[in-house]
Amino acid sequence: MLRKDLMVEVRSLEIAYTTLFFAVSCVLVFAFALVQEGRPPADGAAGILWIAIAFAGTLALGRAFERERQSETLRALLLAPAARPAVYVGKLLGIVTLLVAGEIVLVPLVALFFQAPLLARPIWLAIILVTGTVGFAAVGTLFAAMLVRAQSRDVLLPVLLYPITVPVIIAGVRATAALLQPEVDGEILRFWLALLMCFDIVFVTLALWTFEPLMTD
Amino acid sequence: MTAIDFDDLTVDEVSRHFGRRRALSRINFRATRGRLVGLLGPNGAGKSTLLAMLATLLRPSAGRIRYGAHDSTTPEPALRASIGVLGHDLFLYPELTAVENLEFFAGLYAVPDPRGAATHALEVAGLADRADEAVSHFSRGMRQRVALERALIHGPRLLLLDEPFTGLDDASGAALTARLRTLREAGAIVVLATHDLDLAEGLLDSAIFLRDGRMIDVVDRPDGLRSTYRDIMSRVHASGVGGARA
Repeated sequence: MLRKDLMVEVRSLEIAYTTLFFAVSCVLVFAFALVQEGRPPADGAAGILWIAIAFAGTLALGRAFERERQSETLRALLLAPAARPAVYVGKLLGIVTLLVAGEIVLVPLVALFFQAPLLARPIWLAIILVTGTVGFAAVGTLFAAMLVRAQSRDVLLPVLLYPITVPVIIAGVRATAALLQPEVDGEILRFWLALLMCFDIVFVTLALWTFEPLMTD
Repeated sequence: MTAIDFDDLTVDEVSRHFGRRRALSRINFRATRGRLVGLLGPNGAGKSTLLAMLATLLRPSAGRIRYGAHDSTTPEPALRASIGVLGHDLFLYPELTAVENLEFFAGLYAVPDPRGAATHALEVAGLADRADEAVSHFSRGMRQRVALERALIHGPRLLLLDEPFTGLDDASGAALTARLRTLREAGAIVVLATHDLDLAEGLLDSAIFLRDGRMIDVVDRPDGLRSTYRDIMSRVHASGVGGARA
């Protein structure tokens, strides 16, 4: 699934272009609105980074199942003898890969515009971004699959997604903000990171548990 | 994974409701290996719903479907490995080439050597020279041929076809008919829903006539399919009920 999704995406670059363009525009608008005389708002970088990730992620999730819908290939995937949660995992990994690729562009951009030392501790930042992205995408992939045949899926996806993923986004923002302090408070950082990991475990488990019944009938 | 094999398909008093709407009501039939069964009826008769239930995509609201000794109430992956489906939509990724599409589905069905299986399938379809072209560049008929190979790539015992003649020219239609005959001779159970009575003429071992979700007649070895269809439908229309044999 993952290989197929990435192969299709590399050929069309449809999701990559739209999400990246949207995320970069988002960062640029915030930069022009909030950076006054070369001084960025204190602790603004973490929030703006996660807003850009969440908005771009929603856009990517909306398109992720569009291909399966257009040629009805989702039915073919459900007909295959592979375990149905495997279809979910394949899609989730594809979304996470795309979002992480987008984050690789976004992070230096936010660091540059908001003069934030985002790249000072790259391993910690990578852990925060990946755990936050997995939590966000775990819920989003499930909802996107559920809504694949709904006519108003573009409206319903954010309506369902944001209330549930707000804790993930807040934890991501707080963990990133903790990382940007001149003296990193390891305890606070670990607390938010542990919370993100808990969300990941809960959301992925729930999604794996509910995917098959939701997709049958 | 070892696919579950079976010798017959039994549909026993199967009904399906969507909310308060009745899509199918008390359908009964049995198909054995080497039989080609046609589902015939006007739009909205319930043919696609029945095929979706046979494919394990939908569960019956009442009744049961048995694949040999196996029941559809617990559709296992191993059972799905014995079923091939060619839907009205072709289930192909237009951005991928023909060989990539078939290789992907061969992988999903755990076919040994997916690349080899895909290449062989394209040779059978007469599309080996177009293997590396994106499916989006293909005509409807060519896509249909690739889709049939996709449905057959894992050698299913049960083949379900929903309007397989749609968009095919005469030559492609005849080629598909010949292929279905070969599959029947090889022992496959083929269930085919179609409106194209001319192409289905002489092909079916039995024809099940559906209307408004009810089975109104079954004809074995139907001869003169178009006139039989017209007679049955006008008889039901005159009686004002869709349930002569339901």
